[in-house]
Amino acid sequence: MAATNSHSDPLLEVKGLHAAVADTEILKGIDLTVNRGEVHAIMGPNGSGKSTLANVLAGRPEYHITEGTALFQGQDLLAMLPEIRAREGMFLAFQYPIELPGVRTWQFLKAAVDNIREHRGLPELSIREFDGLLEEKRQMVEIDPDLVKRSVNEGFSGGEKKRNEILQMALMDPSLAILDETDSGLDIDALRIVSNGVNRFRESTKSVILVTHYQRILNYITPDYVHVLLDGRIVKSGGSELALKLEENGYDWVRGLAVQDGRTESSKEAPTV
Amino acid sequence: MTQTESKYHAYLSDFESLAADGRAHDAGWVRDLRERSLARFSDLGLPTVRRGNEKWKYTNIARIANTAFRYPSKNDPTGIRLADIKDVAPWHDRWVNLVFVNGQYSQALSSRPAETNGVRIASLAEAVVSDRPELERHLARYASTEDDGFTALNTAFLRDGAYVHIPEGESMDSPLNIIFVSTGDEEPVVSHPRVLVVAGPRSKSTLIESYVGIERNRYFTNSVTEIIVEDGAEVDHYRLLAESDDAFHVGTARVHQSDNSKFSSIAFAKSAALARYDLYIGLNGPGSTCELNGLYMTTGAQHIDNLINIDHIKPHTTSRLLYKGVLDGKSRAVFGGTVWVREGAAKSDAHQSDKNLLLSPDAEIDTKPALYIYADDVKCGHGATAGNIDEDTVFYMRSRGMDLETASRLLIYGFASEIIEKVQPVDLRAYFESLFLESLPVHRFEF
Repeated sequence: MAATNSHSDPLLEVKGLHAAVADTEILKGIDLTVNRGEVHAIMGPNGSGKSTLANVLAGRPEYHITEGTALFQGQDLLAMLPEIRAREGMFLAFQYPIELPGVRTWQFLKAAVDNIREHRGLPELSIREFDGLLEEKRQMVEIDPDLVKRSVNEGFSGGEKKRNEILQMALMDPSLAILDETDSGLDIDALRIVSNGVNRFRESTKSVILVTHYQRILNYITPDYVHVLLDGRIVKSGGSELALKLEENGYDWVRGLAVQDGRTESSKEAPTV
Repeated sequence: MTQTESKYHAYLSDFESLAADGRAHDAGWVRDLRERSLARFSDLGLPTVRRGNEKWKYTNIARIANTAFRYPSKNDPTGIRLADIKDVAPWHDRWVNLVFVNGQYSQALSSRPAETNGVRIASLAEAVVSDRPELERHLARYASTEDDGFTALNTAFLRDGAYVHIPEGESMDSPLNIIFVSTGDEEPVVSHPRVLVVAGPRSKSTLIESYVGIERNRYFTNSVTEIIVEDGAEVDHYRLLAESDDAFHVGTARVHQSDNSKFSSIAFAKSAALARYDLYIGLNGPGSTCELNGLYMTTGAQHIDNLINIDHIKPHTTSRLLYKGVLDGKSRAVFGGTVWVREGAAKSDAHQSDKNLLLSPDAEIDTKPALYIYADDVKCGHGATAGNIDEDTVFYMRSRGMDLETASRLLIYGFASEIIEKVQPVDLRAYFESLFLESLPVHRFEF
């Protein structure tokens, strides 16, 4: 394993994060540090708060932060609008990508790239340059070229929607990609394609937070750290072997551990492997 | 003098003056038709009473009824240049273009090719004499004057308009573009445009009807269109409403479809102070189908009303309807869509939907889709939405780096373009794209 917390170059530092939707508290004190080049898997049973964490980081308006801090590249993440987070280099691949009737995929992707490049002080890509970039990334995720002419996600299969998320990630070139159950509902071929996309992306200094219910995708994307989320808290953190142990013993095992410890183990104390 | 007569004195006195004018070429049978229609109008008046009048529940025409709109005394289209028309209406030099100024045909502004493969294109003023048998068979047969004051009034003033007959088996290469332009006047004036289209068996044609205003004047357009789609014929129909912002418009269209015929229509509405478009489709032949689409984009204090009746009379008939509205400002739109499936119209298949995007808290939509089914073994569906864009949609777009303005613009554009994309002729689609999509209201969907 390359990066460790002792030679840290923190990209994201979350401390004591509490978040609620309406009056229900869902995140009850999350501590998580992601350094450049690291892949963190966040696992947990349904309702543990995995998707909430992913959406809170991306700035979904319906969640209220009640306590805690989050720094992204040293800046106050929680003060940023969702679009600013995206332009600063955070990307969320949606668990359920939204259909946008009438909005052409090409137009949507171009608008996304234009906004991001402008924010980063890069010149606007000409249509030709953009088409070149789009073609390269499209081939990587093996998306039918006709899909970019269609309305965003409308009439796409489940696999096509998820591959479209990875296409957007590749085009937007974020420093941190959060994948919210991108593996759910994918067949083996789509899983391989999506995983290839993520592995291609993580080369260099990119970081990934992989939110997943199942260990399956971790056969394709090897995480540096695995965190287990239970009832809004990270109850156990470890290396990639933790995922296998979970697969073997189920989430009840962690539930048992959490009760036994009488406290939660935060990621700051994650063992360096 | 009855109350109706005194209230509508301007119409009655103008009718008298025109009759006294006594044009030599005026065919007697049309004179009779006009007189009968005027008598009917005198009885009916205009539908100002709305209590219990379902057809006019949401649209108040008092402003039309209380204004003395005059038949233009001087009608001099020479002041209008072709460039003025091209500014406000779809146009292509390759098309057959018929231009009417304040209801009267203008030869100078029109471009009718010498050779049209047997397709008969004429102004109604000539056709009532030259094409009498065909006209007597169809004119005023579908647009009934019996229970509709506006249609009775139009027919009472029937003097000019467009007449088109596409012979059996003929396909028109390019669209037939009919433009009714109103210039208005210092005093409020009225025009009564009239269109009669007979699409012969197995013919194919594309028809564009535009109602446009050049100057910002208060005037009233009261149009009636009759389209007969004979066995196996296909008609692709487009209608544009882009009247002056101070104008009133009541348009009536009656479509009569025979066996296995196909009628497609897209009705675009952009401007008028107050407008009603009343479209009736009679699926009179087995296997006939219609596809009706519409896009209305309202702003300011505009009021746009679409009333559509689709009548499944014979078995195996199909109808599809999708209308969309983008409402801004204090504008109001009304959509009344009714599908009738008559006894004996088994295996009918109907679906209608009206979707609206409200961009302002002061905008209002009254949408009322209805189904009346008197036959067994039919497939019918309907729906209406008067929604806003949801929060998840906007968050998705913002998470891709787009600000609220960009996200909102793409969403409104996408909403409207679903209808515009259905326009078949490429040049015409480009025209509607520029007319609607380049002037979308600026909006932010905030939550």
